[in-house]
Amino acid sequence: MKSAVITFPGSNREGDVIRALRRATGHEPVSIWHQDMDLPQGTDLVVLPGGFSYGDYLRCGAIAARAPVMDAVRTHAAKGGLVLGICNGFQILVESGLLPGVLMRNAGLKFICKMQHLKVGRTDTPFTSAYSEGQIIKVAIAHGEGNYVADTDTIARLEGENRVAFRYCTAEGNTKAGNPNGSLNDIAGIYSERLNVLGMMPHPENLIETLVGGIDGRGLFESLSAFRRAA
Amino acid sequence: MKNTPAITPELIAQHGLKPDEYQRILTLIGREPTLTELGIFSAMWNEHCSYKSSRLHLRGLPTKAPWVIQGPGENAGVIDIGDGLACVFKMESHNHPSYIEPYQGATTGVGGILRDVFTMGARPIATLNALRFGSPDHPKTRHLVSGVVAGIGGYGNSFGVPTVGGQMGFHSRYDGNILVNAMAVGIAKSDEIFYAKATGVGNPIVYLGSKTGRDGIHGATMASAAFDDSADEKRPTVQVGDPFAEKLLLEACLELMKTGSVIAIQDMGAAGLTSSAVEMGAKGDLGIELDLDKIPCREEGMTAYEMMLSESQERMLMVLDPAKEKQAEAIFIKWGLDFAIVGKTTDTLRFVVKHKGEVMADLPIKELGDEAPLYDRPYVETPKRPVLDAAKIPSPVSNREALLKLIGSPDLASKRWVWEQYDHLILGNTVQQPGGDAAVVRVGEGPRGLALTSDVTPRYCDADPFEGGKQAVAEAYRNIIAVGGTPKAITDNLNFGNPERPEYMGQLVYCIRGIGAACAGLDFPVVSGNVSLYNETNGLGILPTPTIGGVGVVDDVTKSMSLAFKAENEAIILIGETTGWLGSSSWLAEIAGREEGAPPPVDLVVEKLIGELVHGLIKDGLVTAVHDLSDGGLAVGLAEMAMAGGIGATIAAMPFGLPAHAELFGEDQARYVATVGSKDALDEISRRVSAITATGEALVLMTVLGKTGGKTLTLPGESPISLDELEQAHENWLPAYMAGEL
Repeated sequence: MKSAVITFPGSNREGDVIRALRRATGHEPVSIWHQDMDLPQGTDLVVLPGGFSYGDYLRCGAIAARAPVMDAVRTHAAKGGLVLGICNGFQILVESGLLPGVLMRNAGLKFICKMQHLKVGRTDTPFTSAYSEGQIIKVAIAHGEGNYVADTDTIARLEGENRVAFRYCTAEGNTKAGNPNGSLNDIAGIYSERLNVLGMMPHPENLIETLVGGIDGRGLFESLSAFRRAA
Repeated sequence: MKNTPAITPELIAQHGLKPDEYQRILTLIGREPTLTELGIFSAMWNEHCSYKSSRLHLRGLPTKAPWVIQGPGENAGVIDIGDGLACVFKMESHNHPSYIEPYQGATTGVGGILRDVFTMGARPIATLNALRFGSPDHPKTRHLVSGVVAGIGGYGNSFGVPTVGGQMGFHSRYDGNILVNAMAVGIAKSDEIFYAKATGVGNPIVYLGSKTGRDGIHGATMASAAFDDSADEKRPTVQVGDPFAEKLLLEACLELMKTGSVIAIQDMGAAGLTSSAVEMGAKGDLGIELDLDKIPCREEGMTAYEMMLSESQERMLMVLDPAKEKQAEAIFIKWGLDFAIVGKTTDTLRFVVKHKGEVMADLPIKELGDEAPLYDRPYVETPKRPVLDAAKIPSPVSNREALLKLIGSPDLASKRWVWEQYDHLILGNTVQQPGGDAAVVRVGEGPRGLALTSDVTPRYCDADPFEGGKQAVAEAYRNIIAVGGTPKAITDNLNFGNPERPEYMGQLVYCIRGIGAACAGLDFPVVSGNVSLYNETNGLGILPTPTIGGVGVVDDVTKSMSLAFKAENEAIILIGETTGWLGSSSWLAEIAGREEGAPPPVDLVVEKLIGELVHGLIKDGLVTAVHDLSDGGLAVGLAEMAMAGGIGATIAAMPFGLPAHAELFGEDQARYVATVGSKDALDEISRRVSAITATGEALVLMTVLGKTGGKTLTLPGESPISLDELEQAHENWLPAYMAGEL
């Protein structure tokens, strides 16, 4: 598994995801600077980490989506390469057109950081094979703009094509009651058409050890690790 | 030098300088100062920079220990935490700006303290804060809470450091003057700490970071407007925090420091360019020459006076090794930061400021700091209050009702609404989250970690400044002990009223003495701090509030302790003496509606012996949960442990022979509640407790209170309270208040 993690000015969870990848895959991910034009040869997975790229003073992710490295990311995705955008990374993916929709201000108008339960969608993807479908996992959220919105057709298409990766829910699995930010259909993460690009607001990378909150986030990194070994 | 405009008594007063202080300037330089020089003096000699009212008394504080690498006097304190690592930390206030503009006041407070830490070469790993607001009924309180909390979150969340702990209280004495104290904690290699002291003559002085604007020039600018037609343009603006710029500055500075090109570095905080340049020169016994034409400015036509006094945020000044200038430049460009060589070090010991070919200031650099006024202001001791007899204070309500009311009172209610707006999980090292006794943050991949806390009980400090000062330090010590840490050092943020009034000066003096006594008694020195005076509401001082930020080392974070009940059927024990002390307690204020009586005294010998005992119990795995007792006493402590663990408890009748409400809500100090899982462990604890008493140093008591179990908390003689009812009372107040429902 060869992974690359992009740092934009203002990224701040790149270290967290690097640690999660290192532990799951046994390899050190390559750090990529936003002004690099190319990804390293043989990159399997590109990660756009959490943070506040360019301060997020404009629409979140809007400036980062136009960074030089994003052309290489688009090319990588077009070739079927894996792309994972977490939090600000998800915002960058929708701003760059790699995923549909937009992330609006949380319905409560406040930044929210807390433990959050998610219901896992399909598990026949490179990102979720270590989970079981419908499994309820506990990860962290930490965002002010995580309210996923798209037009009715897009939502219908995402649902019809089974592209909702994770939905917010309570510990008991109630999605509506567990929605922290007003996202349509309680969407916490979505896939691209070919299931090779995943954008999600929650932070699985912060839930990789019992000592710090729990290990429910590990599954995602273990899935990625296993996927490449099988391929 | 041109002396325009003339220095008038009005101008001197507008700069906050007293006539005798101005005389001191004349004597020092032997001529009338220029306006720019007057501005420089006012910046260097104000209370904030010169500590002129507090310096005399601060000298008495213990600041040394074998593990202290750097005590007060630098940007932040530094302690050795083992394995070649150092912890760099400090707390600072941003009270007045936060009252005027809560969001930006709070952001710039957090930004400033983070800069103090990474200026020394440390990567920030956690922040904490201590907030005091006016009465919840005051019309401005809700707005201020909302803005300050959003501001602290807005800065820390974006910068990328977890906000792991803090405290928040309400009192009408803060109605017109809230307190926003922010603490930052960073980690560096212990042999790679960077200091402000400049070395070498002719070395370049480099400006790095955001551009300089007219923000924060305050009254000083208004003073200049009187003799200038363009007064409107010079309207002072609120300082605005830019966490994105700060994040870039952090990464650039740390990258730069690795190249070995940084000789000295100082952030531009209060008094901006003036204070940072003077400090670098004075500490290194060098002169500094600045060429203001080179300063990156945000606005056109800025004068020397304005540039020297601007408090624009996210700026650094450094002395660089000229041989490595190119390497440094590449790093600044990579991070997209403004930078410029704005001057050089000299051997003249003069602070020379040039602008447009003219010398605007030429002052003796060391005297600017060393010769600042020092006042021995008159002070009076706060009259001692009588010790209240608990038996003579009947409880107006049942103890059950009192507990529910207390845990839902503004000061003791859950602050979840606050800390859920702070990213407390980023960096993936937050082992113990907000809501416990102290936060525990792992350092790197562990196993070492830090225990971090901020504490003070202003009620006690108002009642008895000496005991209150002691108690604030003792509580920080206790909170670190309770999570399994070894208390190492503190930072103090002293918030007081007008020092020119002897009663408030007395509060400052006696709180400092109390802090000093506790630091000495607990081997817990002060390594950094900040003083904020003139905090008052309508001429009435705030409650004296010496906030203590405590840092401890946890040898193995996997063995850190928490307050949550862990299992059913475990013995609940109380360590420490219970006398039913209700004077100045939360119960007295909230339930009896009285703020009176002497606060509980802290016996430092007992405190340390019990602290060491509890530390040993945790280390040896004899206890399963530990919580120190503070506001609200035993009953509130038990309720917190039950709620955190989702496990109830039944408390038997207590053997103290006191009125039940005094036993349950008294705030006797040096007490911990713990749970014990086995008879053997309980016997071992008893043996250790008796062994301490046998030495004759102090009497240490241990009492078995009852057992964990079930889903209710049952106090002696009261009907059970379900955990749900406790949770509701505890969790509902703040969200309901902020939603305007109360």
